[in-house]
Amino acid sequence: MNNRVVITGLGVVSPNGLTIPDFLHAIRNGVSGIRFIPEYADLKFNCQVSGIPEFEWDQLHNYITETSLYGLKGKGIAYGIKAALDAWTDAGNEIVSEDTLWETGCVFGSSVADTDVIKIAITRVDAKESKKLGSRVVEQIMNSGITAYISGRLGLGNKIINNSAACATGTQSILMGYEYIKYGMAKRMVVGSSEYVDRYVFGGFDSMRVLSRKFNDEPEKASRPMSLSAGGFVPGSGAGALVLEDLDFALARGAKIYGEILGGSTNSGGQRNGGSMTAPGPDGVVRCITEAMADSAITAADIDLISGHLTATIADKLEIQNWARALARTGGDFPFVNSLKSMIGHSLSAAGSIETVAAVLQLKYNFVHPNLNLEDPIPEILDIIGANNLPTAKVDKVINTVAKANFGFGDVNSCLIISKYRNN
Amino acid sequence: MNRKEILIELKKVLAPYTESKAMLDGINEETDLIKDLNINSANLVDIIIDAEAQYNIEIDFDAAEKMYNVGNCIDVISEKINKPA
Repeated sequence: MNNRVVITGLGVVSPNGLTIPDFLHAIRNGVSGIRFIPEYADLKFNCQVSGIPEFEWDQLHNYITETSLYGLKGKGIAYGIKAALDAWTDAGNEIVSEDTLWETGCVFGSSVADTDVIKIAITRVDAKESKKLGSRVVEQIMNSGITAYISGRLGLGNKIINNSAACATGTQSILMGYEYIKYGMAKRMVVGSSEYVDRYVFGGFDSMRVLSRKFNDEPEKASRPMSLSAGGFVPGSGAGALVLEDLDFALARGAKIYGEILGGSTNSGGQRNGGSMTAPGPDGVVRCITEAMADSAITAADIDLISGHLTATIADKLEIQNWARALARTGGDFPFVNSLKSMIGHSLSAAGSIETVAAVLQLKYNFVHPNLNLEDPIPEILDIIGANNLPTAKVDKVINTVAKANFGFGDVNSCLIISKYRNN
Repeated sequence: MNRKEILIELKKVLAPYTESKAMLDGINEETDLIKDLNINSANLVDIIIDAEAQYNIEIDFDAAEKMYNVGNCIDVISEKINKPA
């Protein structure tokens, strides 16, 4: 059984937009969501900028019940609820259903359970006051808290899975949802991922010396994927969500269709031959991309746009080399390449889903969003890609097929192939 | 504090845990927290924690088990207020 899988709803909580219309406006116009964070200066972090959504708790009033909102402290969960429920209503659905929706499931990823909530627990327990923790801690520090909140609110009854694959989490969650529908196990899946980068996770990356530190006084210039003057990535927070549906199921209810997931792949380089805990092995990456193309029954020539992982570290150059090997395309023939991280930073497990939402919008509205801060591309990258294929301003162009990939710690890779929906 | 005064205070403690605001306005000693106010049973521990803070008392496990309707809650609270831990 090979069902076609279409995208019928989008939701996003991004440092540069909290609704799909605002996010679309931001990515068309290259609006940065990176800001200076005074707290990070106080904490003596090397990197003192971040992409943090302008989220307020009040924004959840119409999303979950007042009793559920009371006591909700986990921001990663909050971002995920907002993105997922926005995608759900964008797909034309009502939030509250009387009965369990057995044909609909949820794969929603995260990397670290909310340490703000964990900190409350640690502080109370260490003060010998565990009795005062109450009933709402466990549900927010369990990794599956996010899927529990989303599925409970929507009444979802199919597979409910919290996935985690570091920075490949978001694309992997979408791929998993796609596979369940493709193979007939579900009709509809709410998929995506969320991340709230708190000071402790941020500190861990800061100590690894992989974060941007030279642009603390010019935050919008701090995230510079593929730039010669890049000096590390900028952490970000947020969530992205999509509603995926079996094509016939979507057509039967007259749903609007943004695009189609043609296929994808997730694998690992096994931390061998250049792969390690922190670096993606080239063979695994190339294999992941070629497997995704094979699964989608497309050739490399069909790809119009690569939405890269491209975080603004030394790995950018290697990533481009891997894409070139996988696609066997170079120079002016290379697809357009962009990195949303130039606008919002790297939101770890949320990156893949927010970037996929951006990819779907570029497909739907026929444009390539700009790469910010790419006035000085790395020369070795220009040896592979024509400069015109690394746009620094929006390009209006018909986009039929996008390849979206992310690579995460543990040498895990995920790649999706997304296209316009064609009735054939 | 008499039973009527405790009930007025108790309403404030219960408010964040029920969506049935109209029912909460009209509670009496017979009102069942779970059946009538649709309070999630897991939240009963939160109500006990909040009541402990509100009345500056300690409610032990045995007493807590009795707190399933408004009258029982008032029984436990008034007993603890009169005999502080």
